[in-house]
Amino acid sequence: MGLESKLGNLGAVTTSLEKAVGWSRTRAMWPLLTGLACCAIEMMAAQAADYDLSRFGMEINRASPRQSDLLIVAGRVSRKMSPVLRRLYDQMPEPKWVIAMGDCCSCGGVFNNYAIVPGVDEIMPVDIYIAGCPPRPEGLIHGILTLHDKVMAEKLA
Amino acid sequence: MLEGQMEVTVDELRGLVSERAIQGETMLLNMGPQHPSTHGVLRLILELDGETIVNLVPDIGFLHTGIEKNMEAMTYEKALVMTDRMDYLNNLGSNLCYCLAVEKLVELDVPPRAQVVRVLLTELTRIASHLLWLGTHALDLAAMSVFLYTWREREILMDIFEMCSGQRMMTSYFRPGGLWRDIPQGFEGAVKQFLELFPERIREYESLLTENPIYIERTKGIGVISTEEALEIGLTGPILRATGLPFDMRKAQPYSSYEQFDFEVPIATNGDTYDRYIVRMEEMRQSLNIVRQALDRLPEGPFRSNNRKFVPPPRSELGHSMEAVIHHFKLWTEGFLAPKGAVYVPVESPRGVLGCYLVGDGGPKPRRVHFHAPSFANLQALPMLSRGHLVADVIAIISSLDPILGDSDR
Repeated sequence: MGLESKLGNLGAVTTSLEKAVGWSRTRAMWPLLTGLACCAIEMMAAQAADYDLSRFGMEINRASPRQSDLLIVAGRVSRKMSPVLRRLYDQMPEPKWVIAMGDCCSCGGVFNNYAIVPGVDEIMPVDIYIAGCPPRPEGLIHGILTLHDKVMAEKLA
Repeated sequence: MLEGQMEVTVDELRGLVSERAIQGETMLLNMGPQHPSTHGVLRLILELDGETIVNLVPDIGFLHTGIEKNMEAMTYEKALVMTDRMDYLNNLGSNLCYCLAVEKLVELDVPPRAQVVRVLLTELTRIASHLLWLGTHALDLAAMSVFLYTWREREILMDIFEMCSGQRMMTSYFRPGGLWRDIPQGFEGAVKQFLELFPERIREYESLLTENPIYIERTKGIGVISTEEALEIGLTGPILRATGLPFDMRKAQPYSSYEQFDFEVPIATNGDTYDRYIVRMEEMRQSLNIVRQALDRLPEGPFRSNNRKFVPPPRSELGHSMEAVIHHFKLWTEGFLAPKGAVYVPVESPRGVLGCYLVGDGGPKPRRVHFHAPSFANLQALPMLSRGHLVADVIAIISSLDPILGDSDR
């Protein structure tokens, strides 16, 4: 609909390569199907009936890190879980992005003790932090859309 | 460096798995901890003979949060927020368990209105938890639509919790001595609407699963356990009741005015995955029944205790009462002092008996808090239930136990 109005008489659209690549990357981002704790429940809520994440081309969660390009770290990261999570991140092919969902994996949240890694950015680079304990599904969707903006603004080398 | 932590040597496996696996006759397969069907971060080491499970070793602790230790560094009232994050599908139930323990330790009375609201909201939490269980259990067995339907109803409950406490999940709504605030305007109407809507929706779920031949094929006779075996390893909740024993803490040792409510404890006879499904579906109906009764009899009166040594005064009093200012200041800086002694309070969570063991040492902070987590006890049954079944059945069995790893690892 939006595209046809730009076609003109020639039936062709011109754009920059960067925009086309960014557009295709954001319109079919496949998150890794994994959840850690409470935030995973809100992540499921975002994908279920009321919030319907598939509006943004994201309903396919891949259970294999080899097929996914977005890691949503949903929940608190314990010391025992951190090497597993890092391995999952390493197994994802480039380009890949990470969203730290919730206070625990952004900064440690309410837990200040021996067991919890104070922020998942201790073990991997993070693109978007979402505040909340847990963030509402709207919060997650906002985080994802912010990530889309960030990806669209990326330059090709 | 990280790879080094992940690998396991043969010596470490010795004793965990059979000699056949060490020799290479059977295959060892890792499942999890990020596997979506393990309902969180549970890791299993499967020992397989072809497709058949010879043995299964659960590895828990991937969500160990140190909640019990953290609570020791907080005053009794502040430690409450930690209980929400323990069993994150039974937030209000965990709040209740902890509040009852604190109230028992300091001998604090709770007004009747607060008790009934506690029962009402705890039962709504039970329904919300069972709805999530039903959705993910069906999803694991490849029935996607049930998941979407149950979440539709769960959102209604989330709205009710948000209405009360301002938060969808981490409510912290029950406080020692009563409630945080009185129930808001429009609460009764919202619950009534849910009561009218929900019985029809339960029938809708049942029409999708109860007589579905694929569902029956995958659950009947899968993961059978007898009452004796279940009692031996300390199983509680719907898993125990599915074996035919009507054991429910709400009946066995009523708390928070449950003795005034008229409800049944649903049981089944075979103790398999299908029966656990039947029991949980019936439990949702009984919870609805309790919610209806609670709404009908909701007493008027204060929503929290007037004992100012333990419960902060309302904000409105702070402007004109010096005594209220002093109590407010004392309670929010130092907290209240609890006597020396230990208490144990068990309640019925959606997963089984949740117990809170609390030790006071005369100071404002607990000396030790320990939770008896139903998921931890129930997960022990996993190897027993899975032996001799196929790999695909393990998925059905895990989800039928309804483990919440935040509950078992804490």
